[in-house]
Amino acid sequence: MSNAAEFPLLSLILFTPLVGVLVLLFIDRANAHLIRLVSNVTVGIGFLVSLPLWFMYDTQDAGWQFVERHDWIPSIGADYFLGVDGFSVLLILLTTLMGVIAVLSSWTAITMRVKEYYVFLLALQTGMLGAFMSLDFLLFFLFWEVMLVPMYFLIGIWGSDNRLYSAIKFFLFTLVGSVVMLLGILAVYFYHHSVTGIYTFDVTQFHKLGIPYDLQWWIFLAFFLGFAVKVPMFPFHTWLPDAHTDAPTAGSVILAAVLLKMGTYGFIRFSLPILPEATVAFVPVVAALSIVGIVYGALVAMAQKDWKRLVAYSSVSHMGMVMLGMFALTPVGITGSIVQQLNHGISTGALFLIVGIVYERRHTRAIAEYGGLSKVMPVYATIFLVMTMSSIGLPTLNGFIGEVLILQGIFVVSKMWAFVAASGIVLGAAYMLWLYQRTMFGNVDNPKNESLPDLSMREIWTFVPLLILAVWIGLYPKPFLDRLETSVDNVMVRVNSDYTPRLAAVEDQGSPTLALDAAAQADGGPVRGGAR
Amino acid sequence: MEALGYSAADFYYLLPELIITGGALLVLLVNVLVPRRGDLLFGLSLATLILSGLVLASFAGVDTYISRGLLAIDGFALFFKAIFLVSAALTLMMSAPYLRVEGVPAAEYYFLILCATLGMMFMASGVDLITLFIGLETMAIAFYVLAGYLKPSHKSNEAAVKYFLLGAFSLGILLYGMSLLYGATGTTRLDGIAAALVGQDRSLLLAAALILLAAGMGFKIAAVPFHMWAPDVYEGAPTPVTAFLSVGSKAASFAMLLRIFVEGLGVLTPDWQVVFAFLAVVTMTVGNIAAITQSNMKRMLAYSSIAHAGYVLIGVVAATERGVVAALVYLWVYLFMQLGAFAVITMLRRRDVVGDELKDLSGLFARAPVAAIAMLLFMLSLGGIPPTAGFMGKVWVFGAAIDQGFIWLAVVGVVNSAISLYYYLRVVVFMFFKDEEAAGSEIVIGPAMAATLTVAVVGTILFGIYPQMLFEQAQAVAGSLGSAVTAAALQ
Repeated sequence: MSNAAEFPLLSLILFTPLVGVLVLLFIDRANAHLIRLVSNVTVGIGFLVSLPLWFMYDTQDAGWQFVERHDWIPSIGADYFLGVDGFSVLLILLTTLMGVIAVLSSWTAITMRVKEYYVFLLALQTGMLGAFMSLDFLLFFLFWEVMLVPMYFLIGIWGSDNRLYSAIKFFLFTLVGSVVMLLGILAVYFYHHSVTGIYTFDVTQFHKLGIPYDLQWWIFLAFFLGFAVKVPMFPFHTWLPDAHTDAPTAGSVILAAVLLKMGTYGFIRFSLPILPEATVAFVPVVAALSIVGIVYGALVAMAQKDWKRLVAYSSVSHMGMVMLGMFALTPVGITGSIVQQLNHGISTGALFLIVGIVYERRHTRAIAEYGGLSKVMPVYATIFLVMTMSSIGLPTLNGFIGEVLILQGIFVVSKMWAFVAASGIVLGAAYMLWLYQRTMFGNVDNPKNESLPDLSMREIWTFVPLLILAVWIGLYPKPFLDRLETSVDNVMVRVNSDYTPRLAAVEDQGSPTLALDAAAQADGGPVRGGAR
Repeated sequence: MEALGYSAADFYYLLPELIITGGALLVLLVNVLVPRRGDLLFGLSLATLILSGLVLASFAGVDTYISRGLLAIDGFALFFKAIFLVSAALTLMMSAPYLRVEGVPAAEYYFLILCATLGMMFMASGVDLITLFIGLETMAIAFYVLAGYLKPSHKSNEAAVKYFLLGAFSLGILLYGMSLLYGATGTTRLDGIAAALVGQDRSLLLAAALILLAAGMGFKIAAVPFHMWAPDVYEGAPTPVTAFLSVGSKAASFAMLLRIFVEGLGVLTPDWQVVFAFLAVVTMTVGNIAAITQSNMKRMLAYSSIAHAGYVLIGVVAATERGVVAALVYLWVYLFMQLGAFAVITMLRRRDVVGDELKDLSGLFARAPVAAIAMLLFMLSLGGIPPTAGFMGKVWVFGAAIDQGFIWLAVVGVVNSAISLYYYLRVVVFMFFKDEEAAGSEIVIGPAMAATLTVAVVGTILFGIYPQMLFEQAQAVAGSLGSAVTAAALQ
């Protein structure tokens, strides 16, 4: 664990949005322009202060970096304990970037109760960032639950038709999962005390625990409920189509790009390393649910008449893929799972923006209302095309890298899984291309679509970072993969006692081999002592 | 001062109670000398509470028995007395504007609030069944009158009669249990009872005493199935009285319950654990499910407060120092969120509107944003969402249950807290999501009300973000209750 710079960078990133909230509170609610300006500046600064994480993260250091630790509630052993590894760095950057995009995309879309809207959006930002940074389980849980409230308001106030129902459904589903997870957290906490005599919520200590299998099994179940609802995994996904469909555009973007990653983050950060034996035992269950999710999500997406709902169901399918890659429990699979999380954030985030843009112009999401838009909105159609390709995994774009890694990772475990996952990709191509065809190609049959304005400069700018990232990850993913190496290794040594971390080899031989190598896992090698 | 075996130290340690007695009498006297000066009486009552609190604060760290062992001046008593004084003070502050709107005399009202507080303080200090019972009576009688304080209101009258009849009935049951316990052990002192029970066989007499005591206390904390009075009384009583009833009276009853069962009947822990575990489950579940269907805020909060008694009972069931700490922490944080919620409802009472229906909260955010945001915090806190105090309370309670292996109880608890969010969020829906504004004149937040809300909000947030000092206090205090048990067991 280290914090070379001795500078509370993570706290700075964490509280920047809150500072924005404080400033907003002092602005007159009638002054919508100033409110928008302040919010945009806040998330802009938020993104800028998070950039050093990318450059200063040491890929050769397998420990936690940028660590900050202060007493919080000493009587129960809870600390204000922040720290990141490569995985959280990428998710934090995704969060701050998506924050910028979400806030920028709301400029004209939100005209009612502007001040509250931005307050909630910024507060949400802090909640998500906190969850990705916390190395104290109680602190993590606090941020995890805090996020519910602003999201509930975003859906409930600025959502469409069925917003109240969707908002409460979102809230209660996630809440039930997470309170059960809280019991799991407490069980780990008390087990740690019974073994060591120390009361602590320190996750890094929990990572060293060897909890008996029976207890692991129950705790895994508790964690699973919390995280699986958030991912969401079939059959806990039913809140997602409603929440996504009724949320305002920025809400859907954040929900898809960042909030769903909370669930997968939770699995990789907590379930896998704290409960390794139970994880292995649960592989068949999780794999089965993921596979059902992949196919079911894709099939239901294909049947949707509502554009936004289609994208929402595609999320179920894609997140199933992410979960399957993770539970292959191979380094390539987990790496692919993480990369695909980023990809899903980029492409699905963009797809929700894309729906949002026509929704703002036409106030309908029905696919049948559109057609031939490529003639009236050529720039829009081009961006949509790129993002569709990114979503279905066309080579040279980001989706391809993630899918290949995942397939490679699961192939060595089960060819059957790989086959089903691949069929999910085919189905994904089908519904996305069909959607594109129905909305963009053909003639402009609907007179209301004839004079739709193409993207404004501001709208184009919301897509530019996503386009850059899609191409960057697609062509040169190495910087991303490098950052994930130690994170994945740290998880792997827990779930597979025969696994030799790649970085250890680097230190021994002095020759960096940063390329992904599935064989490293197959070789076996010496058991790393003290891992269990 | 050695009359009847009382020493000066006895009177010294009784000073907080004596101050309140004096203050209460002074309120009545001043009312006769300078009639119709509500503000003066208010100031006097508040000053009494503050003075009593200051004296009380100087007793920190004291652990002694006074009045020939009838009263304990220990950390446990101090902790609860702090709850009573703070909740009484907040109740007074929200009462002042309320009494003006209702147009009812203030003197007797303040007098009764102080009397109820006095009774509570004896309930926290008492270590003898008789003392505890007298404290309970003092508090209960004051509340019977307070519940019916709005003479022209049918609901208020109904509340008073109902509360009186059921209250008297429950006190009878409690007294019966106490007499059986006396029969079984030959003493009314809790430490004596604890000592007498060591090595004693489980007799039918003891079982009957235990059940009756649990039932009697169950009435007072409004645990299901002894909760029937609560919704009607809560709805009919003047809103600030309801607030005080749901916080002060409940906390005092829990203090008494902990004293009797942990300190007196500690040896029988496995026996009463079963009883309270059952009570906790039905109390949480029935309370929360019944709350969902309510359209009246006071009734809804009544059921919600029933449910919260269930959460505190989980801490009691855990029956360890950790469990007691959990109960103490929970009651302390509950004070802020529950009183805060009632303060907002009290504020909605204006000359032209009763203001206690859910629909009266429609569009509150547009009319009184500060009040709406405060109410949002209280609702989230009652539902146990961080970063509010309610979350920290629940972490302790469920933690205590898991620590003691009552995992099923913790599961029932968390599922219940998820259910409860449904109706707490409905309040939020009315305040923030409904566009149409409720009828009635403008909502005014006077200085007293502003102060009440500020204290409640600060408490709710502070103990949610930085609960360390509260945890420290509760941990230090819980030991003072446990020590008597160990001492008795060793004898």
